[in-house]
Amino acid sequence: MLSWNDILILLPEIYLVAAVCVLLLMDVFIREEQRNATHWLAIAITAITGFLVVTGQPPQGLSAFGGMFVRDRVSEILSLFALISVLLVFVFSRPYLKDRKLWHGEFYVLTLFAVLGVMFLVSAGSLITIYLGLELLTLSSYALVAFNRDSRMSSEAAIKYFVLGALASGSLLYGMSMVYGATGTLDLAHLHATVAQTDMPNLLRFGLIFMIVGIAFKLGAAPFHMWLPDVYQGAPTATVTFVASASKLAAFGMAYRLLSAFGPGDLLHQWQLMLAILAVLSLVIGNLVAIVQTNIKRLLAYSTIAHMGYLLLGLVNASPSGYAAAMFYAISYALMSTVAFGVIMAMSRAGFECEEIDDFKGLNERSRWMAFLMMLAMFSLAGVPPLFGFFAKLLILKAAVDAGMMWLAIVAIVAAIVGLYYYLRVVKVMYFDKPVEGVEIKPQGDLPMRWMLSLNALALLALGLYWGPLFTWCQQAFAG
Amino acid sequence: MADLLFHEVLIPVLLILAIMLPVVLTVAMFVYWERKVIGWMHVRMGPNKIGPLGLFQAFADVVKLLIKEVVIPTNANKFLFFLAPLLALIPALAAWAVVPFGQGLVLANVNAGVLYLLAMSSVGVYGIILAGWASNSRYALLGAMRSAAQVISYELAMGMSLVCVLVLAGSLNLTAIVDAQAGPKGIFDWFWLPLLPVFVIYWISGVAETNRAPFDVAEGESEIVAGFHVEYSGSAFAIFFLAEYANMILISFLAAVLFMGGWLSPFPVSWGWIGHGSILWLFAKAFIFSFFFLWFRATFPRYRYDQIMRLGWKVFIPITIVWVLVAGCMKYLGWVTIGG
Amino acid sequence: MSAQLLQLICFYAFAAVAGISALMVITLRNSVHAVLSLVLTFFSVACIWLLAQAEFLAIALIVVYVGAVMVLFLFVVMMLDINLERMREGFIKFLPVGIVVAAVMLVEMLALIGVRAMHVMTMGPDPAAAAGMSNTAWLGQALYTRFLLPFEIAALILTVGLIAAVVLTLRHKPLTRRQNPGDQVRVSNRDRVRVVKMAAERPQESES
Repeated sequence: MLSWNDILILLPEIYLVAAVCVLLLMDVFIREEQRNATHWLAIAITAITGFLVVTGQPPQGLSAFGGMFVRDRVSEILSLFALISVLLVFVFSRPYLKDRKLWHGEFYVLTLFAVLGVMFLVSAGSLITIYLGLELLTLSSYALVAFNRDSRMSSEAAIKYFVLGALASGSLLYGMSMVYGATGTLDLAHLHATVAQTDMPNLLRFGLIFMIVGIAFKLGAAPFHMWLPDVYQGAPTATVTFVASASKLAAFGMAYRLLSAFGPGDLLHQWQLMLAILAVLSLVIGNLVAIVQTNIKRLLAYSTIAHMGYLLLGLVNASPSGYAAAMFYAISYALMSTVAFGVIMAMSRAGFECEEIDDFKGLNERSRWMAFLMMLAMFSLAGVPPLFGFFAKLLILKAAVDAGMMWLAIVAIVAAIVGLYYYLRVVKVMYFDKPVEGVEIKPQGDLPMRWMLSLNALALLALGLYWGPLFTWCQQAFAG
Repeated sequence: MADLLFHEVLIPVLLILAIMLPVVLTVAMFVYWERKVIGWMHVRMGPNKIGPLGLFQAFADVVKLLIKEVVIPTNANKFLFFLAPLLALIPALAAWAVVPFGQGLVLANVNAGVLYLLAMSSVGVYGIILAGWASNSRYALLGAMRSAAQVISYELAMGMSLVCVLVLAGSLNLTAIVDAQAGPKGIFDWFWLPLLPVFVIYWISGVAETNRAPFDVAEGESEIVAGFHVEYSGSAFAIFFLAEYANMILISFLAAVLFMGGWLSPFPVSWGWIGHGSILWLFAKAFIFSFFFLWFRATFPRYRYDQIMRLGWKVFIPITIVWVLVAGCMKYLGWVTIGG
Repeated sequence: MSAQLLQLICFYAFAAVAGISALMVITLRNSVHAVLSLVLTFFSVACIWLLAQAEFLAIALIVVYVGAVMVLFLFVVMMLDINLERMREGFIKFLPVGIVVAAVMLVEMLALIGVRAMHVMTMGPDPAAAAGMSNTAWLGQALYTRFLLPFEIAALILTVGLIAAVVLTLRHKPLTRRQNPGDQVRVSNRDRVRVVKMAAERPQESES
């Protein structure tokens, strides 16, 4: 039965739904030149929702709607960082969208609906909520990928994303139906309690496999990564920024919620092994294929695949410290990718997509600051100390070693060294190559964007130097 | 075994026939009545040659149609060409199963009667679409497309107005809906009063659902000759005709049942025998409603296609959605008395 | 022959029709016929649900899928001129993959059914009957109380679908002339007809 308590627990989500509806209606009635109102209102909505997420909640594990929705520290942290990355997306993408005549109110509405899906997904307490949250997120994402509807690349990317995404959802749902058949429950807490005493382990195992396939698709882990490079390359960069940040947080949240229900016991070891295989494949394929890329968006796509491999290493540990490391990694990846794509958006302008690595040649001579920001992002992605990405990798490796999977840690280190090569290539191109004659590259973008981008990039440095509190926060989330 | 056959097969078949045959006969007489009424409205005589007052005209038409050749167009898809009229007819007749003619006088007193009606009315469109496509004719295809879009659009408005009814009645069962309209005030206890806008919308959507004038763009004889059944002749055409008229009579009965108190008397119960419900009241109400179909046809010019779409999507659906809320408030705050 | 047996026979008949028509969906050459087979599949499945006392779901399946979704589908298929021969070229090439996938699925389904058969599980008591109300009423109460949250999220998903469809397809063409019914209604005779006062005959100037 519905009670006031349920409504209070869901206050951020309810506020967000109401505010997005207002935003949608308002945008219909304003004129084209008043679109700034939509922009700032969307940013305000995101900020207020973030505020409600942080303040409105009692600290530990509350569930609403009979366990369908769980508000705990994990959901709080993931929701908060998803909202932060959406805020960054909004600030970074305004000049980009304006230049391409894509600056419609629906961009904000769809992105906010997508982040609502993220919030439901990371707070899911039941298989139904997971599935519906995921659909809300992905459906909005398909539309956002196809947002530049006059571009063939964008439409092609959307179709690929849609077909493969539907396949993944189908697989996930099929797995869920088997799990339900074997245990007779949809509730994750109940599932966790009863999964060990099931008398149908085979059915459960099949269900688990299908669900892991679905999760791997959403994460973009090899060998289910095929959609990722095309989507990154074809979609508008503003959308890619969202897909690379908030969506990855959601995918981690989904994986955690689903997989942690299947332990402890026999099944735990099985999904650990499956995730380990996925992790190794992602690390190898992501890092090796990234080397030969000439398009920077594609390069970042393959680097995402590799990063998802590291994230999976944290999940393989299947202990509070492993989950904490994986969540820390997901957050760091979200913040790093917003910087990388933010710089790409800042360098592009109407009629010129700054997408080839060659376009970055001699960036240092053109714009020292942009080159510096990009260098920070690249070093952080590569895991160079003392940046954020380095500590994230370190904690993941520690989790892998703690789990007794030395060989996995070694693979990860080798992969990181290979990865260093292509990240450094971008930096080398920016600092040591001569700019291509005739290609005029100037940083675009308005003042809020440049400030925010600088802040975001310097945060990588700051969090690298001072990562303790955030990690403690992550650890606390899984401690209780 | 024999017992089972008797109870599970024979009795239902007899009951079905007891509804089907009167419906078909009514259709025949209704066609006659239509021609007569429109004739009077046009200051003509109408049919008056065959039988006294021309009463046997309809039967003569049936015989004529049955002995005519059914022409199959070249390259028509034969299977679908013959399947289409049947697909139009079956739902039109099947829907009668849940119509209550009086207290307990119903073939299938199912719980989800209103839903069943919606299902049947939505399936009926297949006959029209397939007829248009299988004829291998451009006019027919155009008519079918128009009809499909129109029927789907108005089904939404119709469904939402039925939602208002079932919110007030608290049931999907048609007998229960009629019972919910009983009360001491007679006609003022029926649902047409609290649901007046929705009642009007239901009725107009019903006219549109049956593709009748002024919504008969699917036939549109001045633009696309005869629309989806342009290639049909003889008995195949007669089946379409039967389906259309059976649907009209069905919509009239449903309007009476859902909004006009079904078999209940319009006079208060305290007035003695005239205040008691009877199947005759239902027939009288349905007759008045079916007369409206003919009146519309003689009066209104045909709507333009885009006007039909605008009316359905931009006017009717918003009003019905708002009225669902209003009906919910009425029920919650106790403004309407349900079931006397 | 009891009523239960009759029900069993009905079940197998509908199941057979559903299976055969589902096969026809993928084997028929004419795409319109394939769509119609799909309609038949939905219909038989709805009948099976009716047998299982799930009347609301059964009729909702017909209203939504048969009555609306498939009509639009048929609409599109009729409009498109699909070249089936070309689509079938890939069929042989991908047949082995398809067979492998189908075999895996079959094994899983058998495992599922086999496991079920080993642990004979009777269906739980019908919650609607236990609560003493109709299937539809019980479903409505469950949706609006226990499953309110998923129900509302599903509503949001539909909203997103609507917005996405509008964003991706609505185009404002500057050259399209569109009608404004409000203006049409507000028009007065002065906007359309100009009454001019003039002499009944042309002045006779040309003669001079």
